[in-house]
Amino acid sequence: MSESNEFVRKVAEEKYKFGFTTDIHTEIIDKGLNEDVIRTISSKKGEPEWLLEFRLEAYRYWLTQKQPEWGHLKMPDIDYQAISYYADPTKKKKDSGSKEIDPELMKTFDKLGIPLEERLALSGTAVDAVMDSVSVKTTFKERLAEKNIIFCSISEAVREYPELVRAYLGSVVPYRDNYFAALNSAVFSDGSFVYIPKNTRCPMELSTYFRINARNTGQFERTLIVCDEGSYVSYLEGCTAPMRDENQLHAAIVEIVVMDNAEVKYSTVQNWYPGDADGKGGVLNLVTKRGHLRGVNSKLSWTQVETGSAITWKYPSCILTGDNSQAEFYSVAVTNNYQQADTGTKMIHIGKNTRSTIISKGISAGRSQNSYRGLVKVGANADGARNYSSCDSLLLGSLCGAHTFPYMDVHNNTATVEHEATTSKISEEQLFYCNQRGISTEEAVGLIVNGYAKDVINKLPMEFAVEAQKLLSVSLEGTVG
Amino acid sequence: MNGGKQYIDLYRESREIIMQHSASLMNAVRDEAFGCFERIGFPSRKVERYKYTDVEKAFAPDYGLNLTRIDIPVNPQDVFKCDVPNLSTQLFFMENDAFYKGNQRSVLSEDGVIITSLKKAADKYSDIVGKYYSKLADVTSDSITALNTAFAQDGLFVYVPRNVQLKRPVQIVNILRSGVDMMVNRRVLIVLEEGADATFLFCDHAMDNVHFLTTQVIEVFVADNAHADIYELEETHTKCKRFSNLYIKTGGYCTVSHNNITLFNGLTRNTTDVILDGEYSELTLNGCVVADKKQYVDNNTLIDHRKPNCTSNELYKYVVDESAVGAFAGRILVQKDAQHTVSQETNANLCVTKEARVYTQPMLEIYADDVKCAHGSTIGLLDESALFYMQQRGISAEEARMLLKFAFVGQVIEQVKLEPLRDRLQRLVEKRFRGELNKCIGCAICK
Repeated sequence: MSESNEFVRKVAEEKYKFGFTTDIHTEIIDKGLNEDVIRTISSKKGEPEWLLEFRLEAYRYWLTQKQPEWGHLKMPDIDYQAISYYADPTKKKKDSGSKEIDPELMKTFDKLGIPLEERLALSGTAVDAVMDSVSVKTTFKERLAEKNIIFCSISEAVREYPELVRAYLGSVVPYRDNYFAALNSAVFSDGSFVYIPKNTRCPMELSTYFRINARNTGQFERTLIVCDEGSYVSYLEGCTAPMRDENQLHAAIVEIVVMDNAEVKYSTVQNWYPGDADGKGGVLNLVTKRGHLRGVNSKLSWTQVETGSAITWKYPSCILTGDNSQAEFYSVAVTNNYQQADTGTKMIHIGKNTRSTIISKGISAGRSQNSYRGLVKVGANADGARNYSSCDSLLLGSLCGAHTFPYMDVHNNTATVEHEATTSKISEEQLFYCNQRGISTEEAVGLIVNGYAKDVINKLPMEFAVEAQKLLSVSLEGTVG
Repeated sequence: MNGGKQYIDLYRESREIIMQHSASLMNAVRDEAFGCFERIGFPSRKVERYKYTDVEKAFAPDYGLNLTRIDIPVNPQDVFKCDVPNLSTQLFFMENDAFYKGNQRSVLSEDGVIITSLKKAADKYSDIVGKYYSKLADVTSDSITALNTAFAQDGLFVYVPRNVQLKRPVQIVNILRSGVDMMVNRRVLIVLEEGADATFLFCDHAMDNVHFLTTQVIEVFVADNAHADIYELEETHTKCKRFSNLYIKTGGYCTVSHNNITLFNGLTRNTTDVILDGEYSELTLNGCVVADKKQYVDNNTLIDHRKPNCTSNELYKYVVDESAVGAFAGRILVQKDAQHTVSQETNANLCVTKEARVYTQPMLEIYADDVKCAHGSTIGLLDESALFYMQQRGISAEEARMLLKFAFVGQVIEQVKLEPLRDRLQRLVEKRFRGELNKCIGCAICK
């Protein structure tokens, strides 16, 4: 018994290998949130007046709102005044005005497996690396520029392409959308901006890597992707954070606009620090992600692998306005120890002959709670709308919970909406079969879970799929026995 | 909250009269229930369980209440002809919320079975009623239950002693009668002792062409090894609003089934909460809704698996036509220790017109790992290829459509265990689809 305990402890300690901190000079503004703080953030980023106005309006709206409580989550109290809303690790100690990136930073991203030097990049993936509130570097910008593709940090986009940003920022997720969207709109720092011009197929995968480093800070990233007529882009997002005893807040917004005949693939592997085995610390991941399928025949696909975060509150959604548009949502959410996840999607059918697919796989272990929450809404004019949803939950251990809360609102008689869900544990027969063939129970669980999640993992781009598979196994280590 | 004010004022004004015309056991919990209602008020649309029904609006109009228990001179046997042929039932009438005085025998003494007025039973059998009354219906969490507990003065009481099997089903015909707009607060208490076996059929009818608002709380206690089949059939009219909360608690090794069929109504909200509090019990919850015009039906169920090795099956089917609205929310809760639970929940909806609306929300909340739970939900239209197939074989499009709709709800009707009732329901549903059945024969409006 004690032996196995030791093993579990060892695994738990090893498990989160991205939990290190980088000792680097970081300029952090004072804790607290008020209009002056927002003005400071805005001026540090050299933003135009309209954006400051947008932030202030969002902040004033946020003040009137209450934190939502409807999630199946036990949320710790968040003291919004105890957080610093801007941390810049690229700022050198006084007077060194050079443009060089601090080698410490380079090392950090190397350690995370994200090479910032283009010659080191294994595959053709362009990366925008964001640490705390600032984008450190965006690679392959020049090569993308040849095709007139814009891929840069959102701060840069505000400076270089203000009219583009202004036209789309807040058009999919308005600041009045929800509490955390309002907070993000008020204080958002960095994130990526992508613009794919008409009839262009983006030649490489675009990716953003988010890293929280500084203590007592929150990360409020903002990503905006616009895919113009007849274009295609595949976008990846990854994230990690150091191991800390206190909760850290991450409230992001991702907006995607898809025009006529365009296609966007958005993949996330979320691996924020999940807290330790006793549920101490971890990132509160409170995110609003939404895509607007504006054009006819447009297509948007969300794929997410959620393994990290103490609390995940995330519903990547699609508004299907364009006729014949198609939306997909594939999700694997793994929770272990004291993690809590309340995640799912919203599919809002407005245009005619719109189609959506939802495949969600939840895996709960330890004492975690894992919920799927989704809405399929078919408007009165969405003739011929079609939806298929399937949510499966797998339970490992008798102390965890798996829940499904699907909502279906149908206002059109030509729509077909189907939903099915199952909850079960790993089949004893499958485990026995593996054991018989000399595969240890732990390995067998890993194999079965990977097989179970395959529908979703297959949708990920190659490099991510490999990482996701490893992550799944690691997240579940120590759950058997 | 404002909608609740008139009821708060009414209670304060007429507390004495209500109590005077009721039994002391029922009065004992009244003030507490009222306190709860005063505190929580009517649920807004933001309350998850009442998301689809605007309760405040339904309770807003001014209804009369028969607090002083004035007799309505009517013989239900004369006006009521809606019996089920070949089904020899023990027939009882409920006039609004009161046990009809002309009912055959109010107490079936031979086996110790009691079927009588709740008010009378509360005095006469105070030991039994006191043990069960308002023990299951939670006044703190549901304002309809709180309101009903505060205002209910009478109702029905059924007691089936140990190992007694009722050979004939008990049919209770709830008749709504009034010359003016009326609010009725009916209360039903059913107690089945160990090994008892009984079948109940509740039929709701409205006789007068006025607005009725009914709140009903049914508490059913099913002890170990007992068996209960409960059928509810609503055939009222478009001016009727019904808020019915059914609470069932089972022991171990029980078999319980509940069939809720809504054919005609105005606004209906049925809340069904079942607690499986013993091992190896089996529960079946079925429902069937046929709605058109501006009918509104909201079924909300909760199955609480508290003990291991129980099975539950739930099947609700809706046909929503014209500008009717159908809502279904079913929550299956499997508690931490309820290992080896098997649960299956299905909700299927046919949306016939563009104006019809369907909301569905099947939920699973599971805290035990060794379980098999699944739910499925569909919203769709009639199968085009099946329609085409039938038309190829000389069946008119209209008839084919009718047949498909009939087959669709047939799955629920087939599960009715009483054969004559099943036949009768099949005919009723068929007539309903053909538009022939507008009201039951006895009703004042359709005469």
